[in-house]
Amino acid sequence: MKLFSGIFAFLMTLSVASGSFAADMRLAVTTSFHNSGLSDVLLPEIKKDLDIDVRLLVVGTGQALKLGRAGDVDALLVHSKAAEEAFVAKGYGSHRLDIMYNDFVLIGPKDDPANIAKAASAKEALKIIATTGAIFVSRGDDSGTHRKEKALWKAAGLDADAFDAAWYRATGSGMGATLNTASAMEGYVFADRASWLNFANKGNLGILFAGDPVLFNQYGYIPVDPAQHPHAKADLALQLENWLVSARGQKLIAAYELNGQRLFTPNAAPR
Amino acid sequence: MNDLLAGVAAAVRLIVTLDHDLVEISLRSLQVSLSAVFIAALIGLPFGAWLSVSRFRYRRIAIAVLNALMGLPPVVVGLVVYILLSRSGPFGVFNLLFTPTAMIIAQVIIVTPIIASLAHQAIRELWFFYHDLLISLNTSKWQRMKTLLWDGRRSLLTATLTGFGRAIGEIGAIMIVGGNIDHLTRVLTTAIALEVGKGDFPLAIGLGIILISLAIIINLAVHILSRTERAGRW
Amino acid sequence: MVKSILPVVLKGASVKKGGVQIIGPLDMQLLEAGCTVVIGPNGAGKTTLLRLLHGLERLKSGSVTWNAPRPEINARQSFVFQTPVVMRRSVRENIAYPLILRGSSRKKALTEADRWAENVGLKAHGHQDANALSGGEKQKLALARALITRPEVLFLDEPSTNLDGASTLEIENLIRSARNSGTRIIMATHDFGQARRLGDEIVFIHHGRICEQASTDMFFNTPQTAEARAFVDGDILL
Repeated sequence: MKLFSGIFAFLMTLSVASGSFAADMRLAVTTSFHNSGLSDVLLPEIKKDLDIDVRLLVVGTGQALKLGRAGDVDALLVHSKAAEEAFVAKGYGSHRLDIMYNDFVLIGPKDDPANIAKAASAKEALKIIATTGAIFVSRGDDSGTHRKEKALWKAAGLDADAFDAAWYRATGSGMGATLNTASAMEGYVFADRASWLNFANKGNLGILFAGDPVLFNQYGYIPVDPAQHPHAKADLALQLENWLVSARGQKLIAAYELNGQRLFTPNAAPR
Repeated sequence: MNDLLAGVAAAVRLIVTLDHDLVEISLRSLQVSLSAVFIAALIGLPFGAWLSVSRFRYRRIAIAVLNALMGLPPVVVGLVVYILLSRSGPFGVFNLLFTPTAMIIAQVIIVTPIIASLAHQAIRELWFFYHDLLISLNTSKWQRMKTLLWDGRRSLLTATLTGFGRAIGEIGAIMIVGGNIDHLTRVLTTAIALEVGKGDFPLAIGLGIILISLAIIINLAVHILSRTERAGRW
Repeated sequence: MVKSILPVVLKGASVKKGGVQIIGPLDMQLLEAGCTVVIGPNGAGKTTLLRLLHGLERLKSGSVTWNAPRPEINARQSFVFQTPVVMRRSVRENIAYPLILRGSSRKKALTEADRWAENVGLKAHGHQDANALSGGEKQKLALARALITRPEVLFLDEPSTNLDGASTLEIENLIRSARNSGTRIIMATHDFGQARRLGDEIVFIHHGRICEQASTDMFFNTPQTAEARAFVDGDILL
């Protein structure tokens, strides 16, 4: 019996100790953003400047939008403009604004069996892969990255949903898990550059195609509309928004580099 | 193989340097799982005892359902708890989502059937053995439950530790209701998932080794403190 | 003077299990005082009769009427089973258990248990795990536990069947001294040496029916029925 009360007391002190009383807000971000490592740089600076603890929920774009709709987070940082605008139009978000962009790249086995490195455009590269039936690993999770990938297939005149699982492998998971799968299968994969550079299990893969303007990947910030969810911390969300578009925030974003490469280009409209 | 060895090296490095993040998420893992098991045992053990000594019409069905609930998929439990605790859900006002409390709630739901079912099976055997004696001594149902719970405490300990094992290694539910938020709801299992997602297998394995070691230490500590497995002692 | 729960009267009592009539219909009366030995070949229904009287078996038909209401009866009877049910605790905790159930403080109950442990010769084993005892010692434990509540009626179901001579002697001495202190003994055995030694009265059961009920002397010297005669002569009864 004494043992029981001892354990109980210990647990209660832990629960008290873990409570934090600084201002905090919840921000849903995509796995692509988180895996880049940029948040590890920004969050401490935000804490220093604004004294806000930004609690990151790292989920796919689909889940991020759902969390925003349900009012379980205070703001979103995602990269699927069409979905973002629909979100705002439906009244779930107050507004959306550009923060920064990076680009998507096509990654594959270094010896490039489908020979996409020589392709003239992104959609041509994809077409070659489909024609040769080379293994291609897709996010398959309706995330921003996945939607971009599907849009590109569509631009190439192909329907991604009709692809044969013999070569088109939809993992239904985040960027990291998808890259792991591609690495293990030595297949082609569509990813954002930042996640790729920060990924630790590259195996025999490398960037084979990049630079097509259509691979532009815009990140947008959306505060959850307090009219919908009065409890949402709109004031903190606004503070964060102002910080992100401020000269300081934008400079920190631009300064973030991995292996000497800049990962994100800030493009918020100046205020 | 390299990953495994690198994993062991990572584990050693983290422990020896008493890595701050490691200590934080380990303590949180223990806090969440021990709390959940404590509550689950508080509910499950008496319930298992009650079920053993009670006779009522739908008893067989109740036992079958209880045993089946042991197989509740954690991720589904997590999803349901998320929906209930979400701000747009019935219990949103309590603002419990994405807190360790939500994780404890989810784990209590998962672990209670396990402890209750195992307790029921253990106590049922003991009840069979004590049956005539306890009836002869004119015991009330409550007295029977107390006696069986006390005399059967070794098996009940095993049942509770089984529940703990399930809780400490659980990830599906707490990922959804906790959100794996850094410094808030990140625990060993969700951290492992995170590192796997970043492709850092050695670190993930290192954390896994630490998780298993933690579970073993807890089990050993409990057995030593309660002096089971000592020769000549029941 | 507290009213005795005896006599107990059975009228047309029968017990059925799984469609098979184990005992009955029985008409029987047991009066106050003394030691009644229920005797008969294996499978005759001795155990079932005892369990019925104690309330461990359900009546199929007929009645069992004691001299007091049911709740009182339960509190004033004890039962020693053929295979002693030993709880997973120490010897003294086993013996103390019935007192603790009745609300006695743990300390008082254990002190009394120690006394009874000494009475039955288990003093040295007081703190030992009860399951470590030998068969004879376990039976003595069961007896001490049964007597600690000072029951008015003590049932014993073949108490020394699996025991050696020395243990049997000890058990019989304990039963005899309980009887002499006024405890009403109702015991089953198929050992008629024991029946002769301990019994004041014999109830002879065969195929679930009572063949004969008489004082010990009368039963063994002048059995009235053919079955009883055959039994006493040592024949196998079919």
